[in-house]
Amino acid sequence: MTTATEPLLEVRDLTVEFGSDGGALRAVDGVSFDVGRGEIVGLVGESGAGKSLTSEAILRLIRCPPGRIAGHVRFKGRDLLALDDAALTRIRGKDIAMIFQNPGGSLNPVFRVGDQLLEAMALHLPERRRTLRERVVEILSRVGIPSAALRARDYPHQFSGGMAQRAMIGMGISCVPSLLIADEPTTALDVTIQAQVLALIRRLAREMGVAVLLVSHDLGIISQMCHRVLVMYAGRIVEEGPIGRIFDAPAHPYTRGLIACLPRAEGAERLGSIRGVMPGLTAIPRGCRFHPRCPVAEPRCAYEEPRLRAVGPGHRAACHLVGAESA
Amino acid sequence: MRSLDADDLTLRAPLPPTAVAVPAGVRAGVGVWWRRFARNRGAVFGLAVFLGMVAMALFAGVLAPYDPLAQGVGAPLAGPSWAHWAGTDSFGRDMLSRIIYGARIALVVGIVAVLLALVIGVTLGLVAGYYGGGVDAAIMRVMDGLFAFPIIILAIAMMAIMGFGVRNVIIAVAVGFIAPFARVTRGDVLAVKEEPYIEAARLVGVRNLPIMFRHVLPNILAPVIVQAALRVSGAIITEAGLSFLGLGPPPPTPVWGSMIAEGRNFIVMAPHVSTIPGIALMITVVGLNLFGDGLRDTLDPRLKR
Repeated sequence: MTTATEPLLEVRDLTVEFGSDGGALRAVDGVSFDVGRGEIVGLVGESGAGKSLTSEAILRLIRCPPGRIAGHVRFKGRDLLALDDAALTRIRGKDIAMIFQNPGGSLNPVFRVGDQLLEAMALHLPERRRTLRERVVEILSRVGIPSAALRARDYPHQFSGGMAQRAMIGMGISCVPSLLIADEPTTALDVTIQAQVLALIRRLAREMGVAVLLVSHDLGIISQMCHRVLVMYAGRIVEEGPIGRIFDAPAHPYTRGLIACLPRAEGAERLGSIRGVMPGLTAIPRGCRFHPRCPVAEPRCAYEEPRLRAVGPGHRAACHLVGAESA
Repeated sequence: MRSLDADDLTLRAPLPPTAVAVPAGVRAGVGVWWRRFARNRGAVFGLAVFLGMVAMALFAGVLAPYDPLAQGVGAPLAGPSWAHWAGTDSFGRDMLSRIIYGARIALVVGIVAVLLALVIGVTLGLVAGYYGGGVDAAIMRVMDGLFAFPIIILAIAMMAIMGFGVRNVIIAVAVGFIAPFARVTRGDVLAVKEEPYIEAARLVGVRNLPIMFRHVLPNILAPVIVQAALRVSGAIITEAGLSFLGLGPPPPTPVWGSMIAEGRNFIVMAPHVSTIPGIALMITVVGLNLFGDGLRDTLDPRLKR
C-alpha cells in the first residue's frame, strides 16, 4: 500500500439494503476498501453494480428507510455511519465534497452561480461574506471559467454543461476538502469537454492534495486518472489493485472482459463484449456471482463463493482460478 | 387550384414564438413574462380590473361623490341619474359611493385572507412534502378534513363562533383556503425535492430549514402565485356570500354582499339596488379570474409548450 499511516477513508463491510423483512435486496454487499491521502481511486463497474450506492452510502446520502446501510466508514478515524446528523453536516461539503453526473441539474435554477458557491463556503468557512465573494471569483477562474467575475453573476441556465460541471467542481473544492467523491463526473459531457474536466480534476487533486474517489463505468477514463482501481460486480468488489497491475495483469475474468471491451489503437479487430447481462438483485446466482457469464467457470464456481485473495502487491481478486493459472 | 408545396407552407407558417422555457434571470424574466402576458387580452383586461379595484379602494375618499353612510342624500330608492349614477338605496344613500367603499372591504378581505392562507398553507405543504412520512400524513389528513367542508359552510360555522366583523371574515375565509395552498405546494415540493440541486445543497451541508425555504420554495413559487391570484376572487365571493347571509361586517358598513341582500326587498320596485353591486361583484370576479388564468398560462411551467 502506498500510505504507511492510516488511510484517509476506510470502508469496511459496507452493505446497502432496500426493502424490509425477508425481501431485503442487497445492492451493495460487504464492500471494503481504503482511500489514502491524496490518492485517486477508481470505482468501476456496469450500471447497477452498486458503485453509485457505495459512494452515496459513504456520506449517508441514501434515504433510510427504505434503505439500510450497515458496516463501517472511517474517515480520519471517525465512523461516518455512527455520527449524529449535525456532525455529519459539518463534514459534508467541508471535508468530503461530492460532484454528480448531471452538472446542470446540480445548480439551483433560481440562484446566481456565484451565490451558490458563496452559500456553500459561508456554511463552512469563518471568513466574512465580502472576503468569500472574492474567493468565489478566484475559485471560478481557477476551475477555468473565463471572465469569472462576470460569469459569477450568471444564472445556471446561462452555463453550458461543461461550465456547470466546472462550477460544481469549484464548489466541491471551495472549502479545501480532503476527499472528493466524483460520481460519473463526465458522463453527461461530450468527449472533448470530458477530457478537459478530467484534466482539471486531476490537476486540482495534485495541487491541493485532495484524494478522489472516481466512480465511472468507463475503464478508459479510470486508466487515465487513477492510481488504484476497484472493480465492482453485482454489489461486490471482485478485484482491486494498482492501475498498472489491473491493466497489465488483470486477475479476474470480469476485469479481463472489461478490458477486452476497450477500443485499442492498434488492430482493427472487433470490440470484445461480455456475454449475458449482470444479474438483477432478485436473482443473484449462488457461488461466484459472475459464473453464469464467465468464460472460464469451473463446476465449483456455481456453489462456492470466492473470497478476495492476494494475487500480487496490493492486488487482490475474488476468483477461484487466480493462482491456479499462470498465464 | 394551385397546390401548395412544402416550401410554401414552411414560409408562410408563422414563426414559433421564441418561448423561453427556462426560468430566466429576474430582470430579463419579467420582460419576457410581460410580453407573453400582454398577448392574452383577457388577462390584460383582468389586470386592468384588478388595478381599477386597487385604485378605487385606495382613493375611495376622493372618488366617492358622497359619504357612503350619509342617509337622505337623495330620494330613497331613486334609479340611476346624473346626481346619483348608480341610484340610491332605501335609506337614500348614494349607491356609487357605497360600491366604491365596498371595493375597499372586498379587496382587503380578498387579499389579506388569501395572503394569510398562502403563508400558512404553503408552510404546511412545504413541511409535509419535504419531510414526508408521518408528518406528511398527519398534515394532509387535516387538510383533507378542511377540504371536505364547503368553504361557505366552514366560514358560517366560524363566524357563528367568533362573531361578526371584518377581521373575523378574513380569518374565516383564510381558514377555508389553507387546504388548497397546502395541496398545491406539497405536490410541487414532492417533485422539486428530488432534483439534483436539492441533493447537492444537502450535500454541501445546508440544513433542512434553509433548504426548504431558500432552495425549494423559490422553485415552486410560480404555481403558488397563480393559485393566490385565482383564490382572491374566491375569497371575494365568499366574503360577499357571508355578507349576503348577514354574517359579514355589521350593517351600516358598505359591503357588496349586504347591499345585494338589502335590495332583495325592493327587487321589483328598484332593481338597481341589487343588480348594480351584483354587477360590480361579477366584473371583479371575472376580471380576477382572467388575470389569474393569464398568470397561470405565462408562469406555470407545466403548461408551457
